[in-house]
Amino acid sequence: MRSIRTAAAVALIATLTACGGATSGAGEDKPSAGAKGTVNLAINPWVGYEANAAVIAHLLEKKMGYTVEKKELKEEIAWQGFETGEVDTIVENWGHPDLKKTYIEDKKVAVDVGPTGNQGVIGWYVPQWMADKYPDITDWKNLNKYADLFKTSESKGKGQFLAGDPSFVTNDEALVSNLKLNYTVVYSGSEAAIIKAAQQASAQKKPLLFYFYEPQWLFAKEKYVRVKLPEYKEGCDADLKKVACDYPDYVLDKIASKKFADGNSTAYQLVKNFTWTNDDQNLVSDYITNQGMSDEKAAEKWVNEHEATWKPWIPAGS
Amino acid sequence: MTATVPPPPVLQPGGRVLGTALDPPAPSRRGRVRSRTVAAVLLVLTVAAYLLFRTDGAADSSDAASFRFFDSVRDWVDANRDTSPFFLYGFNYVRLGVRLLVDTVHGALTGLGFAGLVAAVTAIGAVLAGWRTGLLALGGFLAFGVLGLWEESVDTLVLTLSAVLLSVLIGVPLGILAARVRWVGATLRPVLDVMQIMPTFAYLAPMTLLFLIGEPAAVIATMIYAVPATIRITALGISEVPPTAVEAATALGSTRWQLLGKVRLPMARTTIALAVNQTIMLALSMVVITALIDAPGLGQNIVNALQRVNVGAAFDAGVAIVILAVVLDRITTGAARRTRLHRPARQRRTRWIVAGAALAGVVLIALVPVRETDLPAYSFAAPVNDLVGWIELHWYDVTEGLKNGISAGVLDPLETVLVTTPWWLFVAAVAAFGTLISGWRAALIAALAAAGPAALGLWQHSMQTLATVLVAIVITMAIGVAIGVFCARHDRLATGIRPLLDAAQTMPSFVYLLPAVALFGASRFTAIVAAVIFAVPPVVRLVERGLRDVPPTVVEAALSAGSTPRQLLWKVQLPMARGGLLLAANQGIVMVLAMVVVGGLVGAGALGYDVVAGFSQRELFGQGLAAGLAIVLLGILLDRLTQGFHHSKRPRG
Amino acid sequence: MTPMIEIAALWKVFGPRADRVVGTPLADLPRAELRARTGCLAAVRDVSFDVRPGEVFVVMGLSGSGKSTLVRCLTRLIEPTSGDISIGGESVRAMNPKRLRELRRRQVAMVFQHFGLLPHRSVLDNVAYGLEIQGRSRAERHRRAAETLALVGLQEHEHQYPDQLSGGMQQRVGLARALATDPEVLLFDEPFSALDPLIRRDMQDEVRRLHAEVGKTLVFITHDLAEALTLGDRIAVLRDGELVQVGTPEDLVGAPADSYVADFVRDVPRSDVLTLRWIMRDPAPGELCEDEPLSHRTVIRDAVHRVLRAERPIAVVDGTERLGVIDADQLLPALISHHRQVPV
Ligand SMILES: Nc1ncnc2c1ncn2[C@@H]1O[C@H](COP(=O)(O)OP(=O)(O)OP(=O)(O)O)[C@@H](O)[C@H]1O
Ligand SMILES: [Mg+2]
Repeated sequence: MRSIRTAAAVALIATLTACGGATSGAGEDKPSAGAKGTVNLAINPWVGYEANAAVIAHLLEKKMGYTVEKKELKEEIAWQGFETGEVDTIVENWGHPDLKKTYIEDKKVAVDVGPTGNQGVIGWYVPQWMADKYPDITDWKNLNKYADLFKTSESKGKGQFLAGDPSFVTNDEALVSNLKLNYTVVYSGSEAAIIKAAQQASAQKKPLLFYFYEPQWLFAKEKYVRVKLPEYKEGCDADLKKVACDYPDYVLDKIASKKFADGNSTAYQLVKNFTWTNDDQNLVSDYITNQGMSDEKAAEKWVNEHEATWKPWIPAGS
Repeated sequence: MTATVPPPPVLQPGGRVLGTALDPPAPSRRGRVRSRTVAAVLLVLTVAAYLLFRTDGAADSSDAASFRFFDSVRDWVDANRDTSPFFLYGFNYVRLGVRLLVDTVHGALTGLGFAGLVAAVTAIGAVLAGWRTGLLALGGFLAFGVLGLWEESVDTLVLTLSAVLLSVLIGVPLGILAARVRWVGATLRPVLDVMQIMPTFAYLAPMTLLFLIGEPAAVIATMIYAVPATIRITALGISEVPPTAVEAATALGSTRWQLLGKVRLPMARTTIALAVNQTIMLALSMVVITALIDAPGLGQNIVNALQRVNVGAAFDAGVAIVILAVVLDRITTGAARRTRLHRPARQRRTRWIVAGAALAGVVLIALVPVRETDLPAYSFAAPVNDLVGWIELHWYDVTEGLKNGISAGVLDPLETVLVTTPWWLFVAAVAAFGTLISGWRAALIAALAAAGPAALGLWQHSMQTLATVLVAIVITMAIGVAIGVFCARHDRLATGIRPLLDAAQTMPSFVYLLPAVALFGASRFTAIVAAVIFAVPPVVRLVERGLRDVPPTVVEAALSAGSTPRQLLWKVQLPMARGGLLLAANQGIVMVLAMVVVGGLVGAGALGYDVVAGFSQRELFGQGLAAGLAIVLLGILLDRLTQGFHHSKRPRG
Repeated sequence: MTPMIEIAALWKVFGPRADRVVGTPLADLPRAELRARTGCLAAVRDVSFDVRPGEVFVVMGLSGSGKSTLVRCLTRLIEPTSGDISIGGESVRAMNPKRLRELRRRQVAMVFQHFGLLPHRSVLDNVAYGLEIQGRSRAERHRRAAETLALVGLQEHEHQYPDQLSGGMQQRVGLARALATDPEVLLFDEPFSALDPLIRRDMQDEVRRLHAEVGKTLVFITHDLAEALTLGDRIAVLRDGELVQVGTPEDLVGAPADSYVADFVRDVPRSDVLTLRWIMRDPAPGELCEDEPLSHRTVIRDAVHRVLRAERPIAVVDGTERLGVIDADQLLPALISHHRQVPV
């Protein structure tokens, strides 16, 4: 495959030199959308995404004979990959209207492939014991009253609000300042770090106010309570610097590169057909995170046990 | 004897070339007293001004003019990537060319297959650096298979080799030019200085802007990181060629090219081989970091493990990286050493025969249908994770206490002071103290660099990062000097510790984040710990070297005057090794900054976080780029201030 | 006979705007003052001399007197500031780079104080270097290099590398390298001063032998007077870049031009250098001499035996012409004293 690409690149350079410049996509068109080729699957950094990707990859490789290249990329970078040809599909996208505008409408290098069936919820959470002990903490108006509880070495004398990976969809800094909350947003750097902190907060009864989301396997194990922020209204998050309302509910969807979609291979059709529930995803995530299974093992186990769910995804004639 | 090859140059980690600036003459007593008074007065003035003018440390706006500017640059590039001639005929071609190079190297390596590649590396090691190295290479490459990281390791190797190839192609000619043509050398020097202080992290975002994500951008970023060492060391080698040999060859009527090809290059080849060695080491550590912009290879495993806070998984990848580093290092240093040996023609001929036989062997072995998956598998993940779990459980109070103590006791107060200092006062203080320490020229550059973050609208974040860096450097120096002194006084310990330092220095910075994260969670302290681990080895080296470079006659004289070992250390060795210590501080600061910034990945916040956020969120791109620039400016500031120490050689007074 | 090398009014001034010095009143200043005023250093000042074909011409002077600079100016390894140089009748300063290279490749070769060997090449390849850059075939240059190495007695060491040889052997390689291209002129810049005295004597013999065998023109730089006296047909003495005296060894010892030269030669045993011409006296009227006269070229020391045995003074002749006479009264002071004894 590489050699084909090399030859293609040589030819490209030759022709381009003859007749004009090189565009950004030049030299990148791998035979991805061809029959039984390689599918470049972006992997965004949270375990729910991984669960989607693991199952899709498993089906593509084991049931349909494709090769899957997984690429660990943050969300925005994965979108860029549509342009360069590094990425064929993203299988759990959280909103990102701005990216959709850039890459789907303006540049026309990507297309929306429909929902994954998962409902996405983003919010601010505290562990159950805090809600029990301080019942009014679940309203944002009272957060300042409890700011002292959340002080840490990183919070500069204010309360700490623990956020995740900087690449996640967040309005937290704007919320804190626009709602005049006496808090500092501290980035833990990853989903895993938040989960760890959340688990510790439950187990050791330590105060924690944190950014979290569903679908999320942890909710099946521990109870966390969502803090009510001012209600979301259509358009209240239009200007990201002035947001003062809660996160909307998300319909998580799949995105594919235009090239991948236009090829309309069976791989593309599988991605298109893929849809499952939050419970399905949480189950696979749980396998991966807590049962020490690799992505492949977890997907294999789920696929073996849920044939009825995935059978309809497989396109006819593959 | 003049006809021998000069000893290899002394290299600082990071490929900076160390001159002979290790022991500057002490300033005269009168001058010292006077500059002390001036320093005291300045200090008082600064404190007074601070108390008078201190601000409330308002947070940086998230909408500074510079951010918008960079955003608009990004938008322009996005809109014109396929139309602007810059891209159509420039960057896109570069990208295409590098892509071609990477694919070719990849094709060559994977074409050999598992058995073939292992055999090839073994043969290369044996031919270039002796059979011991060959065995080491064999074991190392087999280990990649055992660890289940074969493909990742090969990918990393491919990127590293591609970047090294580019660096050598560009760096060696530039190095020759820099040594031979005065203005080229003079122009390159500051550029290389900046390139070498620039934390790796800062130029990932601009790379993606120009070259998008993927292997080409990664290779180019790596090349930018590694090429200064290639240039510098090559230039050093060329300029160290004894003038007598050049003169003799000129007197016989050599043309310029004959001089270069038959005299200068051959005589500098040992040094150039060393340059290649350094280039490889630097490239390897950078390639790992470029995983953040979608470079394949072991870096992906590390990023992945960071995201999952899975120290065990990262450990395997870390081991693979170290193995790769050690194998490449041994092969290239062995090869460099061999260039110094003379072999009679007969023996040279046998070497060709051996090489030919090895080639044939490799081809044969490549046909053997063994795959990496046929090897027994082993992973450190489970035991390491168990250990980490145990430490987390049992040491929680200790680690937590340490973290909170240092954060609340030292870091926060320092940060508050820096953040509430008005920017003009900071700039003025830098200018004043800079002049005192390093002369007005360095001070001017430092002051300009200090004003930069304010202009970029990142004052707060820059000061927070600076505070973290300062705390980290103090800890680094304390530990580094202590170990360095110990090593310099106990030969046995020194020999014992050397391989450890070697290994530590071949490890890419990235890897150090993991143990720190595991122990201390997401915090600035984590970044400090990682930075200390990262920067201590070179500091130990430089301190030890500084101490050992104190002339034995002086030590003898002091001993015969009846000094106790302690007096010897404090009154003779340390003062005389001042140059070495300051150099260590300078080097340490640059490394600490680089690491603290990477700490943005794990909750160290401030500039590092801005950079990470910049290439993960579209709206934050401009801020990220500005933060990258601010980091570079901080680097220049710190470097100029401390470099002045050991450059101000003339006695003052 | 046309001179092999002609040097006329040669200047070399180092430093900023060096070309502004020559021909102005500045040029007359002493070295130190010039340096203080302009920052320029006049390493060679207004030097003129000729070297005849087949001659061994020695340039002598204290350290820093400009000897190396002078000899490097001959092939423009250092570009002269002004003056004329011609070698074999052709002006060197007028040569273009190509012609200059030809000169260096075929006509003039040099031997250096610090050898300047190439450590990465075997002895044979070092010697063959000059031929290699002329583009000679490998076989030819190796044959020629081997011959030259045999000439300097190193045939056994062809395949060794410079750092495996002793200093003396290394300088033989340097010598062989210079001889390999069969040049007309050989320049030596203090070739033996890095060697210990015994080896130095060997090497001097070697040079003398080679000179006798191959008959080249030699310009030989040294600060060692003994070396200058044993090798030189003529000696030039430099001080602070200026030529103080040019003459035969006995001219220098017998008639030093000034106190600088006199200081130089003070410790030379005069009887070893001076000939009878310097101490003979006019015959007294009607004085009877021994039958066998002595040539006026006879060195004093060699005459001691006869003069002391003789009962009568001995005539000193140039061919058949009688120049003077000598007896023990003239001889003894010359043997004992190191003090100046200028002929009457
Ligand atoms: N490249 C140069 N730039 C400036 N000054 C120089 C340079 N080369 C030589 N000089 C100066 O010119 C003067 C003559 O130097 P030169 O080397 O010719 O002396 P020398 O007679 O060969 O001495 P030595 O016996 O020590 O070799 C010295 O004072 C020296 O410092
Ligand atoms: Mg000299």
